[in-house]
Formats: sequence, C-alpha cells, structure tokens
Amino acid sequence: MQWEVVIGLEIHTQLATQSKIFSGSATTFGSEPNTQASLIDLGMPGVLPVLNQEAVRMACMFGLAIEAEIGPRNVFARKNYFYPDLPKGYQISQMDLPIVGKGHLDIALEDGTIKRVGITRAHLEEDAGKSLHEDFNGASGIDLNRAGTPLLEIVSEPDMRSAKEAVAYVKAIHALVRYLGICDGNMAEGSLRCDCNVSIRPKGQVEFGTRCEIKNVNSFRFIERAINSEIQRQIELIEDGGRVIQETRLYDPNKDETRSMRSKEEANDYRYFPDPDLLPVVIESSLLESIRASLPELPPQKVERFQSQYGLSAYDANVLAASREQADYFEAVVRIGGDAKLAANWVMVELGSLLNKLGVEIDQAPVSAEQLGGMLLRIRDNTISGKIAKTVFEAMAAGEGDADSIIDSKGLKQVTDSGAIETMLDEMLAANAEQVEQYRAADEAKRGKMFGFFVGQAMKASKGKANPGQVNQLLKAKLEG
Amino acid sequence: MHQLTLAEIARGLADKSFSSEELTQSLLGRIKQLDPQLNSFISVTEERALDQARAADARRAAGETGPLLGAPIAHKDLFCTQGVRTSCGSKMLDNFTAPYDATVVSKLADAGMVTLGKTNMDEFAMGSANESSHYGPVKNPWNLEHVPGGSSGGSAAAVAARLLPVATGTDTGGSIRQPAALTNLTGLKPTYGRVSRWGMIAYASSLDQGGPMARTAEDCALLLQGMAGFDTKDSTCIDEPVPDYSANLNAPLQGLRIGLPKEYFGAGLDSRIADLVHASVKELEQLGAVVKQISLPNMQHAIPAYYVIAPAEASSNLSRFDGVRFGYRCEDPKDLTDLYKRSRGEGFGVEVQRRIMVGAYALSAGYYDAYYLQAQKIRRLIKNDFMAAFEDVDLILGPTTPNPAWKLGAKSNDPVSAYLEDVYTITANLAGLPGLSMPAGFVDGLPVGVQLLAPYFQEGRLLNVAHRYQQVTDWHTRAPTGF
Repeated sequence: MQWEVVIGLEIHTQLATQSKIFSGSATTFGSEPNTQASLIDLGMPGVLPVLNQEAVRMACMFGLAIEAEIGPRNVFARKNYFYPDLPKGYQISQMDLPIVGKGHLDIALEDGTIKRVGITRAHLEEDAGKSLHEDFNGASGIDLNRAGTPLLEIVSEPDMRSAKEAVAYVKAIHALVRYLGICDGNMAEGSLRCDCNVSIRPKGQVEFGTRCEIKNVNSFRFIERAINSEIQRQIELIEDGGRVIQETRLYDPNKDETRSMRSKEEANDYRYFPDPDLLPVVIESSLLESIRASLPELPPQKVERFQSQYGLSAYDANVLAASREQADYFEAVVRIGGDAKLAANWVMVELGSLLNKLGVEIDQAPVSAEQLGGMLLRIRDNTISGKIAKTVFEAMAAGEGDADSIIDSKGLKQVTDSGAIETMLDEMLAANAEQVEQYRAADEAKRGKMFGFFVGQAMKASKGKANPGQVNQLLKAKLEG
Repeated sequence: MHQLTLAEIARGLADKSFSSEELTQSLLGRIKQLDPQLNSFISVTEERALDQARAADARRAAGETGPLLGAPIAHKDLFCTQGVRTSCGSKMLDNFTAPYDATVVSKLADAGMVTLGKTNMDEFAMGSANESSHYGPVKNPWNLEHVPGGSSGGSAAAVAARLLPVATGTDTGGSIRQPAALTNLTGLKPTYGRVSRWGMIAYASSLDQGGPMARTAEDCALLLQGMAGFDTKDSTCIDEPVPDYSANLNAPLQGLRIGLPKEYFGAGLDSRIADLVHASVKELEQLGAVVKQISLPNMQHAIPAYYVIAPAEASSNLSRFDGVRFGYRCEDPKDLTDLYKRSRGEGFGVEVQRRIMVGAYALSAGYYDAYYLQAQKIRRLIKNDFMAAFEDVDLILGPTTPNPAWKLGAKSNDPVSAYLEDVYTITANLAGLPGLSMPAGFVDGLPVGVQLLAPYFQEGRLLNVAHRYQQVTDWHTRAPTGF
C-alpha cells in the first residue's frame, strides 16, 4: 500500500512585547520564580484584564505578512479548565472571531520548488505559567512568570505531505516572525512551540485519515523526528489491521517515539464563551494601513532582490535571506567589500562554519560585518590571497583586530614583485635540483602532478605571501626553460 | 448623631459642629450595641476607621473641604480593601486578606471617607435574601423575623438601622435596588460601565455594577459622585464625563414623561404594592409629570435569560477559587483532583454550587447554542424593548419587587420562587441601564419600593425625580422601631 502523509501544524509564538498581554508585568525570560507575576497574573479576586495594544499590532503585522484577512472586530473568549499553573481557571484566548483569518505562506522545498501552505487562522491568547516538579519534596511548585505572556497561535491547513515539508514550513514561520520582530524565535526558551497534527491515507484517497496531535515539540530536529516516528507508527498500526484513534500524543526524543497522553474522550470540554471583562477588539483600517507601511522587507521579496541586485543564485539568496540578521550582515559586508558573490561565499562558508563551531548566532559573531568587508577589500586589491585571507579571518575571529592591522603586524602582505618572486623560485629550485631533473624527464601527464609539488614548495618558501598567479606563471617558465 | 444623613453630616463637619472622630466613635458604639441583632457587618474595622477619621479631621484642619471628607461608610464585603478580610460572604474567602484596594474603595478613601467595616452579603452576591452568607443571615431592621433582601443585605440593614448613613452595594440582578426597597432605602444601580469594577469580586461580569445605598436620593447623589468615573484598569468602564449629580436635584419635573410598563402590573404583583406604586405616580403627576402606559414585551423572558447568563459567567469567574493560591484549601488533599473537588465542595455554599453547575451546563458543548446564545438573543431583545420605549418616555416606573420582605427561611428550599423576586429588577442589568429604587410606603409594616429606570448615563435624572418625590413625601424619613 502506498501511503500519503497529511500534516497540519499549530505554532505558538510568544510575542516580543515588553509587558504581558493583559497586565503590566514584564515578560523577560529566566527571572526568579514569581517575580514577574502581578495581582492580575495571579488571578487575584477582583482583578480585570486590560489588553496590551502592542500585542494587537504585532498580530496585525503577522496577518498582513501572510496576506490574511484581518477581522475588523475580533473577540476574546475564555477557555475554561482547571490546572495549577492556570491561575484564573480559564485561559483568555480567541475562538469564533480570531484576529487573523485565512492567509498563506510560500515555502522553498529542497528540490527547489515553491509550495504554498494555507494558514487557517492566527489568534491571540495568554500563555500559562509553569509547574515545577523537582525540588519540592514531592509537591509541585508554580511559577507564574510566564502566565499572561502574549501568544499568537498560528494554525495551518493540513497542507504538508512530509516531515521535511513541515520543518520547512516551521522554519519559514520562524524566519517570518523574526523578520517582523514580533518573536525572538528562541525555541530552547519556548518562544516558539509546535503542535503537529499527523494522519495518513492511502494514496489517491480524498478523505483524511484519523489524526493524532503531537503536543509541544520545540526544535526543528525533533519536529522532523517526531512526525516521522508517528507516521511509522500509524503505518505499522494500520498495516497490522489496527486503526488510528484520535488522541493527543507526546514525543519522547530519548526513545524517538510518541506515546499517548490523552484520548479524544478524555479531552476537556473547554466551555468557550466571550470574555465579558474585555470588549471586542475593533481594528480601524487606518491602523492597518499604518502597520502595513511600517512592515520590513520580508523573506520572499528579499530573496528576489538578492538575485536581481547581486546576481546571486536562488540557493544562495535563500540561504542568506533565511534570517533577517544574516541578510543584514551580508548586505553590510557587500556595502564595504563591494563584491557580492565573494561576500556571499565568505558569509555562507567561512563565517557559517565559524558560527557553527562556536555554537552562536550571527548577531554574536566574533567577526563583524565591517571587519569582514574590510578584509574582502584587501582580497580584491590583491593585498592578500584567498588563502592568506583565511589566516586573517582566523586572527580577526580571535580578536586580534581588523584585517589591515593583522596583515600589517603579521607581515601577510602578498609579494607581487616579480624580481623577488624569481629570486625566491631560483633558490627553491636549486634546493630541489633532483626533482627538477625528474620533472624535466617526465612526460606531460606526470608533469601536471609534479608541478603542484613545486607550487607548494614555493608558497611554503614565501610563507604563503607570494602571489599565486605570478608563482604559477614564473615557475612554469623556469621549469620549461 | 446617627439620624443624620450624609448631606447633614457634610454640613456638620464643615461648620465644625462635630469632628469626624467624634462621629466615628459614636457610630462604632452604635454598631457594637445594635448590630448583634442584625448581623449586618462581617468585619468592623474600628482602629482603621478611627485612624482614617483623625486623618480626615487633620485634612480639614489643613483647609481641605469636600462633602465626603470625614464621612462614614461601609463597603459590601466584595470590594477588595487592602489589609482587610474581603470574604464575599463565603467560607472560601474567610481567610482572604485583600492585597489591594478596589477602585471604589480607593476613590472614596481619597475623598476622605472613613470605612467603618465590611458588610454582610449573600455568598458571592448570589441571592435575594442575604440568607446564603457563610456568616449567617442578616435581619431586616423593620422586622427581625424577615429578610432584608439581597445580595447587598448587610449594607441595606445597616443603613436602614441608622448604624451609618450610606454604604456601597453591587447590583447584578437587583442586589442594590431590591434590598433598598425591602428596607426603606434609596439605592441606585448606575449604567453598566459608570463605576469601575476593578477590585469588585465578580459574580457575573457583564451584569455587575457597584452603586450607592442611602436613605435619600440626595445622599445617593453625593456618594455616586465619589464612586463614578472612568478607570483604565477596567476595560468595560466607559470614558464618559461625570456630571455633578447634586446640581440638578431640584430641577422641575414639568412635562417629564413617565412610562408604566403594563407587564409590570400583571400577575404575581401584590395588589397592595400596586396601589402604593400608583399612589407614587399620582404624586409625580402632581409635580408635573405626564404618565403613559408602555409595553416591554420581552420582559417575560428576562428571568430565564438572566439565570443562564449570570451562572454561566459565574461558573467561569469562580474557577480561580481552587485552593491553590488563596482562599480555603481542604485538609490533606490526596491528589490534585481531590484538592480541587474538596476545596471547592467544602468552601462554596449550596447556592453558589448550584449556580456554578447550572452555568457550566449552559456553556457545555452541545448546549451552548440552546442556552447561552439564546439567552444573549433575549438580552438584545430586552435592550431593544427599552430603546423603543425611551423613544416615547423619559423614565420608566414600576414596583421594585412583587412582594415585601418575606420571613427568614420562607424561600430557602425553593430557589425558583426567590429568583422570581428579581423579575422587575433584572431587565435593567441585562440592558445595562441605570435604575433606582425609592421608598413608597408600607405593607404590613414592611417597606415597599418604587423603581425608576432611565436611559444610559441618566443617573442624574433618576436622582432628580427621586429627590423631588422625597421633597413631597416622608416615607424615606421613617425609621424602624428600635433603631
């Protein structure tokens, strides 16, 4: 049997507001427990919520970016359930009238094609607190610092057909919210969390199969692995004559498997109803227009511009535009260094592997865009070779200053004086007289390989500073002669 | 001194006939002496009151003036009062000391009012008899075997018994107007959004509204002046200028168009009350008002709609009382579910549990459309009825309650018959309109109230009409024997 996989995602993004969605408390991550919990966050008797307009503005930014309908009037509703880290016994969310309606997002697949993923809706809600189960002698501790942090829950259509597509979609959402500056995207701190709805159906069948929801997966790698293991489980289950039961599951990364958390029958009846403490949110078209005017350039436009303006390949443009910080870094390097393709190469390859090795993001790169651009200038005017540049780059990464001062202090300036190079070559050839004779006796095919030996010796003798082009040319003449 | 109205106290304090401290001492003594018969207070905050009184006297000595400066008040025990137990009449909050002041409390304290204590009430404001309080029932000073009405029954009994001149109440379905009627007071439920709900422990958020309870319309005007106003902490509070409520109390009533809804005078109304209402209409006609009959055809649906919407909101509002962070927690819970079940089962009384169950049912999947949405439709129809009526009349007049105060325990086992006592008051909450009850006579020695309803933000009109009525009648001046 050929199976088709159907995946829909619900992504919770914490909005990067200074204060909470319904109180004035700060939203900083990692503070001492309950130091960012006000009377409102504690759900004290008599307190009332007041909507943070900044959260509304951010949700509108997202809606405009995915070309969604933004309801002129959206309504907060209460989702009622009991849990110790839910102080009021209900979560303020949106149900029938969310702030962001139908939209879509285009994602680039590995084979180079573009796929349009439908977004059903996105709604505002408040985050819950955290239950801490360690260090309390069997009891649980409650930390309400996170309670009331604004969330935008982004619900996709069941449009994805593989774990890889799902990850590409999450990455695109991740990039988008960071471009918009509405979420820091820090998945390790829970700023962006994902629920994955997975089902399978025989290829060609129109109706969807029964789905399972994998809750709270919070890294790109785990999303892919969780979905794949769930697909495998469902296929094996059905092929063994069983059937999938609609339920909520949890992914265990250690065992690389999902396990049942609760069935549909055990699910809460949330008894949604409009929150009488909050008025409907009316969004004036003038507000939308001013938000639209303030939107930054978004990934699709940027990819296009990088290709047309800088002549980059689609692949390079996509890689560089994947994050706003990286795109900005690249453009800063181009502004100084001048050569876009050279800049793209250095940012993607050398800087990329350096960041990887250090395990840091580009905004913490030890080499600034100004430094890298300055170094590219020295490559372009032949002060240093590409090979020496790697030495300079390493020195810059080690904090030894900018390219010019490193070239200077380490004496890395390329030797381009033909006389000096010739003298050096003569000395080198004299020291390797035996090899010179072998070279001259060899046929054309062998000479090619042996030539590389002499180049290597020459560069070694010049400590890498001799202009490689000149070395090649002069060496050839001397050996042939 | 206890016979003085708030307006008279303001004059007495202004011309230094007495100090706030003297007045406070005197009233505290009276509460100590008489309240054991009534049970109208849950907490008497004696030291705090004396401190506030001395502070008010000092402010006056420093040149400050104001009608509320140094005047005594008590708050219904659902207004959070920093450092004072705020119980909501419930075992659930018996151990709860509020960590902050409700906006109403802080506004009145800033104006210099002296808080004598917190008054008894139906548990979580659910009731019409003040019998569901964890602290025991409140007695009606007009007849100690009868209920004072509810849910602001403590405030009503205390003011009626001259323990103090004014108190705050809240009104979700009649909880200011009905006890005012049953104890011979003037009580005003303002327009929804006129008074901040911040710090007022919620029963049904879309219906709750705080307001003044006093013996005269003039006093209600003074107290409302201190309570009303926009508050950024309450999203449902309306940013509408607050007029001077005392300025137009004496405005003539010539040409005032009063509507009598025919639905208010049908079956279920005690005919003796109907007679008193008609007598009050005559008085107002004497003052120049023009009376016409009107119709509010959807009134019959008000009680069913109310008893869906209010419990639905309550079931959610009361979810925070879970034994986790504050309030009552059961002994030795064996797990989380046990903690929830027993804390709530032991902490809430019967009526509160009944309304939570009704509300949760009305909101549950499969019933929401049939109950909650249907009730919201009725709510719109009722509002439309009023809007249509106010095209033709300036005020609507009728009885506040169908019956005078009943005997303690008489309706304890029949919640529906108690719910029916709210039939005339509930519509104003569903529509968000201001309503006032004023004394209009007695039946079997028990007070009867007349209710006036006005368009949004016309509290001034209600107070004006009630004040003019009180200039030509003396019902409101009568005091219960022994008090």
